[in-house]
Formats: sequence, structure tokens, C-alpha cells
Amino acid sequence: MSPVEPAVCAERLGRAFGELWAVRDLDLTIPPGEIFGLVGPDGAGKTTTLRMLTGVLEPSAGTARVAGYSVQGEEEAIKQRIAYMSQRFGLYGDLSVEENLNFYADLYHVPRRERADSMERLLNFSNLTPFRRRLARDLSGGMKQKLGLACALIHKPQVLFLDEPTNGVDPVSRREFWRILYGMLKEGVTIVVSTAYLDEAERCSRVGLLHHGRLVMCDTPQRLKAALPGQMYELDTAHGRRAREVLAEALGQRRVGLFGGRVHLAVTDDGELQQALSLLSRAEIELRATRRIVPGLEDVFIHAVGEAEQAT
Amino acid sequence: MNAVVAVSGLTRRFGDFVAVDSLSLNVAQGRIFGFLGPNGSGKSTTIRMLCGLLQPSSGSGHVLGLDIMTRYEEIKRRIGYMSQKFSLYDDLTVEENIDFFSGLYGVARARRGARKTWALEMADLGGMRNALTGSLAAGWKQRLALGCAVLHEPDILFLDEPTSGVDPLARRLFWDLIAHMAHAGTTVFVTTHYMDEAEYCDELALIYRGKLIAAGEPGELKRSALSQHIMEVRVARPYDALDAVERSGLVQEAALFGDTLHLTVADAAQARAQLPPWFEHNGFGDVGVEEVMPTMEDVFVGLIEAEDRE
Repeated sequence: MSPVEPAVCAERLGRAFGELWAVRDLDLTIPPGEIFGLVGPDGAGKTTTLRMLTGVLEPSAGTARVAGYSVQGEEEAIKQRIAYMSQRFGLYGDLSVEENLNFYADLYHVPRRERADSMERLLNFSNLTPFRRRLARDLSGGMKQKLGLACALIHKPQVLFLDEPTNGVDPVSRREFWRILYGMLKEGVTIVVSTAYLDEAERCSRVGLLHHGRLVMCDTPQRLKAALPGQMYELDTAHGRRAREVLAEALGQRRVGLFGGRVHLAVTDDGELQQALSLLSRAEIELRATRRIVPGLEDVFIHAVGEAEQAT
Repeated sequence: MNAVVAVSGLTRRFGDFVAVDSLSLNVAQGRIFGFLGPNGSGKSTTIRMLCGLLQPSSGSGHVLGLDIMTRYEEIKRRIGYMSQKFSLYDDLTVEENIDFFSGLYGVARARRGARKTWALEMADLGGMRNALTGSLAAGWKQRLALGCAVLHEPDILFLDEPTSGVDPLARRLFWDLIAHMAHAGTTVFVTTHYMDEAEYCDELALIYRGKLIAAGEPGELKRSALSQHIMEVRVARPYDALDAVERSGLVQEAALFGDTLHLTVADAAQARAQLPPWFEHNGFGDVGVEEVMPTMEDVFVGLIEAEDRE
């Protein structure tokens, strides 16, 4: 792979299952060294996209090249250059941590003399060294995820694909998991990760939003948030639930969110904010504070899904 | 305060292992109470004791005014419980699942019709009453499970990681429903690993190794639970910068968000003075350093790391 060649390049990529297009007209270029987040609701096509890009599932339309090779006809060359940690990544519960790593090293034909080194390095950065002889089934959820990642990385891939890797993993283990990913980035590995959690997507260099099989948005988290039309306000009140009801009725459910006692409100302009505030004062709901806040990716997501649904 | 959950010195041992260590907490009626902690910190053991499924080793507690030591059978009948596994029958239709749980929870025959209509409407499943539950998307299943868990109109609802694997839109809808129920007076006791969800709660408690290590409203915890400060730095070549600044000795911790570094420091004024020249000197150019409010995840991870250092 030459340095300028993208790690992933898909053009009008699509996959149909019978009548249904799970992914359609996907154009996506990921330069080397990037960590790219693929987000979207259940059934948006995230897993189908990853399976096509990893050479596991044949596309019905379009083309894609990964690590310089085509997913149509050169799947084997791709598989040697990538790692794929799927949602049901196969760890063997009755094998130890070390035995699982050895098994994957065999599977990927990692030469014996390189193996000891890789294994030490992976055990070390996943903090699994003290547990090397523990059976995989006796590991906690977070440790299992880290072992899965270590197994996926045993052959030093150019591109790492992860499908919702931190489902059910607690915040401390999650942060450790991301630290490992940053370590891989520093070594030049390109990472493509799907997630349903938007606070995770904030950590990516770029984020693509899939909805009904189409990529409806793709940019850096900062630019996606900046492009969100209108403004977000946080209203602090002792009557958050009533405030939410009043505002949702006037402005629509999607514009209002309740976070504990605080109401998040998306408005198009100052006039609308004033209108909202006067509605609240008419309902005799007192506000302790009103402040403009930076929207999160979740707000962007909800807005984009709303727009995409209106368009169809 | 009308405490729906009140426990004091609650402890549970398994052999030599203390899973829950003299835990005291109160939850007022109609509150959404978030119970957070890493895997294995004692969350599930606590919930099982509060639901009358497990006897405490010592301490005392009341749920809905009933003593958890002696009146657990009544407690079990008067609470609602929903876990990440949903416990729905995939090979039954939506309607059949509702009927099944109505029977299980002993909903009076005369009330069953009205409760079914309510559950279908609440979950927005009216058009899908004859669909097989196994064919529903995760978000729909979750709302059906919620409906089934409250058919008997419990005064308190326990949710154990209710939204694992559910997408953001469905999650927001789910929390809207929870807020409605709390508004109507139901107390909600919820565990989650997702810190954006913790933000939906009125109050939070964080436990670690069986002990309560912090409690308060989300905003209050973010403002005051951490002794450290989070400094935000936007920098070109963020991966190199992350690596270098971690080894500089100037920060306790560094994390990356897109092209922005979040640096954990003990002293914000000192960091503002030291960090810009350090970045400049190490070839990262002129960077701005700004203190930001920690995220709930910063608070959670920070408090646990502080415990570990002790």
C-alpha cells in the first residue's frame, strides 16, 4: 500500500438482502492513520458495511478497496492485512488467555519467532499479563473485550475493524480500551469502529452517520456539531418535566430533551427562544438559569435522523 | 421526604468476600435514581437485596416501607423489574407477552384489558400487537419489556442496564417514558454503564468495591466531585501530542477526543502557565489551554482511580 492510498475507499457500495437494501450507494474514503466512527440506529447497515469492507460479505453493487485490495476477488489479501473484531468475536472459553492468543497466531500464520514478542506486547498493553493463565470464560466483560482485541491484533493489521466493541463494558474498562486504540493509532493502524454510543463517537477523528443504509452525514465531530442549524439551550428549573411537556407540545418532541432537572432545547433563532421562554412564563414555570450550550453528537444524530425521515 | 428506598449499613458477604459493604442510601418518591459502578462493584447484589431476592448479611433496609429482612414476599409483588435481557418470550406475539406478564404479576382480571391498552399505547406497539416479539428491533423490544414490567402498576421500578445495545433515538424515547412515569409518582432505580444516561437521572450514587464513594445530582457531581481539573487543548498531530504530554510529567492523565486533548491536572492555574510553553517548546506550536467542565465519565473514572491510589 503506498502512503497516499486510502485505507478504505468505497464507491456506490451496496448490499441487498432480497428486496431490501441494507446498504445503498455508500461513498466513503478513509485515509491511513484515521480513526473513523460509524454510527447509526439498529438496522441502519453498520454491520453489513463492516462485513463488506472486511471481505466477509459480497457487495451487490459498487466497489470497495481496503488496504489497496478489492473486496471483490482479493478478499484473501484483505483478510491478511486487516483485523475484524465482530460483535460475536470467538474467544474460546475453555482456553486460557495465552492459549487464545496462540490460537489466533496460528490462524493468521504469525511466524513462531515473532510470536513471543507480539504476545508480550499485547498482554502488556491490555494489562492482561497477570491473567495469562486464566480461562477466558472466567474473565470479566471488560477483560474479555480486551482479550478479543489482543487476539484481533496478533498479526499487526494495517486496518482494524471493530463492531460495537464496548457494548456492556463499564466506563473504566472502556477508557482503557480506548487507550489501547490510541496506542494502535500511534503505530499507524487505521481504525474503523461502529458504535451506538455517541459519547464514544466524539473520540473519533471523523464520524459517518448511517440511516436506512445510506450515509447521511460524514465529517469531524467538531464540524458536525458546528453545522447543526440553530442553537441549543439548557434551561435549569425545579419543574423540568412540566417544562418539557409545555415545550414539546409547542415545538415538537425532537426539539426537547430532559436530563435530570435540566431541559435541553433546540431553537432556530432568538425569536423562537423568546417564544419558548414566554410559553414557560405563561405556564408559571420559573427558570433558575438559561444558558447556551454546545450541542453533543447525540443532538446532531437526532436532528439528522429527523431530517432523513422527513425527506423520505 | 417520603423515602421509597431507605437502607442503612447494608452488607452482604459471600464467604470471605464482602460484595456490599455497609451501604446507606435513601431514595425519595418519584425520583430517578442512578446507581453506577464498574462491573463487579456490587450493583447487582444491592438490587437483588432491594428486590427481596437475596438476604442481606447485616444492616437494615426498607423498600416501600416494607422491611427487606422479613417482608420480601410482599416487596417482590409490589416492585417492577426490568433487565438488559428483557425476559420477553421471542416466540410469543406482543399481545401474548403482555397477557403472560399480566397473569404472572396477578393483575386483576377486570384491569387487564385497560392495562394492555395502556402498555400498547405507551410502547407505541398498537399496530404490531400480533407481531412475533423475536422479530422486533431492540428499541421496540425494550419498550415492550418496560410495558410488561409495569403492568401491575408498581410504586418502584428497578431497571438493570435497561438500554444495552439500543440506539440513541430509541434510548431518548425510552427515557422520555421513564420521565413520564417518574412524573406520575413512580420511583425509578436504574443501573447503567453509560454516562450519557446517568445525565437523565435526578440523583446518582457511585459504588466501588461494595462501598458508596460519591452521591449527588449529576450537575453537582460534575462541578465538585473531582479534586482535579480538566484542561482542553486543541492541537495539530494530536496522537503525537498525546504520547508526548503523557510522558511530560505535567499531567495526571491524557485522553483524546477527535483532535482535542483532555488533560487531567491537579492545579488549573499552574497548567495554564506551564502547558502552552511546553507545547510550543516541543514543536506543537501555539496552543490554547482552556479549563472545561469534566464529563460524567471523567468524574466516574477520576473517583475510581482516586480510590485505587488510596
